[in-house]
Amino acid sequence: MDKERVIDVNGLGASFDDTVVLSDVNFSAYKGDITVVLGASGSGKSTVLNHLLGLIPVEKGFISVLGKDISNITEAEQLNLYLQMGVFYQSGALLNSMTVGENIALPLKQHSNLPDSLIEEIVYMKLGLVNLQHAFHLFPSQLSGGMLKRAALARAIVMDPPLLFCDEPGAGLDPISLASLDELIINLQKQLGISVLMVTHEVTSIMRIADRIVYLENGVVAFEGSLKKALESDIDSVKHFFSVINEADRFK
Amino acid sequence: MDNSNSKERYIAPEKDFIYRFQNNTLYLSKSLLLPQTIWLTKKIPREIRSFKVKSVILNLDELQDIDSAGVMALYHLKDKLKKAGISARIEGGSQSILEKIELFSPGHLPVYEIPIKAGFLERTGDAVSRFFTDFVFGFITLAADVFYWSVADLFRSRSRRAGEVSNQAVLIGVNASLIVIFMSFVIGLVIALQSSGQLRNFGANIYIVDLTVISMMSQMGPLITAILVAGRSGSSIAAEIATMKVTAELNALKTMGLNPIRFVVVPKLYACLLTMPFLIILANVFGILGGGVAAYIYLDITPEIFFNRMGTVMQNKDLITAFVKSQVYASLIVLTGSFFGFRVLRGAEGVGKVTTTAVVVAISLVILADSILGLLFY
Repeated sequence: MDKERVIDVNGLGASFDDTVVLSDVNFSAYKGDITVVLGASGSGKSTVLNHLLGLIPVEKGFISVLGKDISNITEAEQLNLYLQMGVFYQSGALLNSMTVGENIALPLKQHSNLPDSLIEEIVYMKLGLVNLQHAFHLFPSQLSGGMLKRAALARAIVMDPPLLFCDEPGAGLDPISLASLDELIINLQKQLGISVLMVTHEVTSIMRIADRIVYLENGVVAFEGSLKKALESDIDSVKHFFSVINEADRFK
Repeated sequence: MDNSNSKERYIAPEKDFIYRFQNNTLYLSKSLLLPQTIWLTKKIPREIRSFKVKSVILNLDELQDIDSAGVMALYHLKDKLKKAGISARIEGGSQSILEKIELFSPGHLPVYEIPIKAGFLERTGDAVSRFFTDFVFGFITLAADVFYWSVADLFRSRSRRAGEVSNQAVLIGVNASLIVIFMSFVIGLVIALQSSGQLRNFGANIYIVDLTVISMMSQMGPLITAILVAGRSGSSIAAEIATMKVTAELNALKTMGLNPIRFVVVPKLYACLLTMPFLIILANVFGILGGGVAAYIYLDITPEIFFNRMGTVMQNKDLITAFVKSQVYASLIVLTGSFFGFRVLRGAEGVGKVTTTAVVVAISLVILADSILGLLFY
């Protein structure tokens, strides 16, 4: 593959107490792609994501994010790396004590010395990209589930990060909101040229947006490749995972 | 043509970003990303104004990269120059730069009007009205509900959660006994200690017993206990109910046909009403004991003298007063904790907020009730 790698995971292992969660995880994500990490509950998806986000230190193996070796990184380098990545949490993780506008402005206020008026304009523009300008002065508790996700997406992209991590963005959304969120992520990925690494269970979502699939099973990567190859895969667990779509086809 | 056409300036502020002003044109080169936008908001507008030009072209032909902050900063610069009487227009730029400008341009986004904030009088009126409708009326309504269900539940014990009242009694009463014992002992000791010097001056040493017994039985014992229970259990009741509301457990109870007040609040009220008198007895006993220790050490009053005098000082009225106070304080603490717990609005932050408010209000109400009851039983 000629594409530039934005994430490289080699021989990643992790265990909590005596339980081995990841034994030997190897995969890569490429620039401009939407890479979906999937697998059954307990397969180690969240542990992989938390390692990539620098929330769990790498004890075994090697991880490179945007060309930076995070298995051996200083605090200042990690902070610099955080500025180049956006994270979209499952719950939205907006700060409840702040309005949506203040939530989105927070990284800009903390990491730039731009005047407040310009920051406000940038926040309005970003809210416009996710069709949520009317929520600027609202508090997160006043938003619906779908709106909360879109606000969280606006915050994740406010610094124009080249890399976006999404942790089960579709969880708890109805199919229509989920489809519109997927469309939004695809549009933003195309327009902004960002690379996306997403952890999700939603098969319909995966079918819509995935360029590449990384399938985790019992702490190892059982499959890595394009979505097309994943659908044609002979691996039982992968076949079983995608068989849900065929189940749905029965009713057509 | 403007006279300033001849003015020309080349500036290389940093390795990633260069700008130069030439023939009424501002040429921006290399990258215009978030770290570089500060040049467009401060230094560049100042410099352009100093050239005394009427119009300026913002040329992007040499620009290689731009992000959303860069685009917004360009428009910000245009607006700033316009306000200074200088018209500006954006010109040139590669395909990718133009695409980014098109994407991030504020022009095609819907304009949202910021809502007008209410004035001082409107806000004050609103706050007063909300105080009466939400707080006073809400508290009375909750008290009526709790009273109804606490009476009704007495006759329907089969549908009550088995062991819940005793469980709550342990949490509210038994677990609080050590701190009540310690605090009342220390306070009894200190009251007697502080007074002993004055009493000795008048040769009225024996009155230390009257002072300690009356103050502990009718005032300090119930009050110390109520403040400790309000701080300990009032906060935990508010936090528990608020968390249940935030995590939709209260909705789940309702949709299962269970009344949250009956299911959650009534057992706590029973437990608090039951344990509070015992806690007050503990506070009184150990408070008087503390006073006795101080009397023995500083005024040479032996335990026998102290005990004999105590028998003449104590009145049945003090016991009745303490019991009535225990029931009033217990009700206030549980009602206040529940009231604020049910009022929680926003997630984790809201839980913290209502818990703090519940404790402050419960302690204030207890002190207020203490004054009223003190006057009634004087």
